[in-house]
Amino acid sequence: MDKHNEHLENLSEIRSLMERSSRFISLSGLSGVVAGIFAIMGSMAAYWYLGKDSAYDVARPYYEYAETRSGLPNIDFYIFFFTDAILVLTASLLAGSILTIRASRKKGHATWGPTAKRLLINILIPLVTGGLFCLVLLYHGLIGMVAPATLVFYGLALINASKYTLDDIRYLGICEIALGLISSVYIGYGLIFWTIGFGLLHIIYGLVMYNKYEK
Amino acid sequence: MKNYIEDLNKAFESRIRLGIMSILMVNSWVDFGTMKEMLDITDGNLASHITALEKMQYVEVKKQFVGKKPNTSYGITKQGKKAFGEHLDALENLLKKRG
Repeated sequence: MDKHNEHLENLSEIRSLMERSSRFISLSGLSGVVAGIFAIMGSMAAYWYLGKDSAYDVARPYYEYAETRSGLPNIDFYIFFFTDAILVLTASLLAGSILTIRASRKKGHATWGPTAKRLLINILIPLVTGGLFCLVLLYHGLIGMVAPATLVFYGLALINASKYTLDDIRYLGICEIALGLISSVYIGYGLIFWTIGFGLLHIIYGLVMYNKYEK
Repeated sequence: MKNYIEDLNKAFESRIRLGIMSILMVNSWVDFGTMKEMLDITDGNLASHITALEKMQYVEVKKQFVGKKPNTSYGITKQGKKAFGEHLDALENLLKKRG
């Protein structure tokens, strides 16, 4: 019977080594919460920006303000939204990295290794593709499609990443894609969908992950 | 009744060798440092087990330079994959038989 237990132990060790050596599992759930909060702050800033225009009308889709009344591109609009988006992205990545490094130190895992590298590359491929695609949309003046496109490509990036980290991220990816597709139909509500996708969903997902793996 | 114990491969009896093979099954090339960290063992210990597996042609070695530092990576061979797969099947069968 001793042998039996030894075999069982061997098998479970094999499974755990295969898992640990091929996936990056120290991604902190709290980084999702923080990214969500930053995203909500970012979209609040966007509403503040739109609202300070005296001619602002809630019924008008936000992306129409990208043109001045004389039909010229509103440079101020582009600069504001671009800066806003970059700030949210940088702050989220920075906070996410710090929290993840802390979480993996606590568990005694190495943070930067082949698994982290593989995860990053596989997130970046769909994400960079999406970023370039959004630039093309802007180039064609399809500003309303940028928010849905960021959601869809982000969802695809997460699904691609799920093979290299905890499986759960797949469900977040599916939700982001669904939200992105719906918002590509109702483009006037792009900012609201964007706030739900990058804000609310991140916070919910982060809390679920935190409870499941880090508590 | 078939005696499944005979199907167990003696080469994989040590836990460390089981570990090395498990890691190589799911990663195409793994360097010495990563392997050592993952298994949490000493240099000498890892080297001797890898050499043994290499002799049986279950593991192949790739030496290259990263900058000025020599870097050794390990991969699994076709025979290694086959032998380890059979070993895992045998383990599973043993467990199934005993319930």
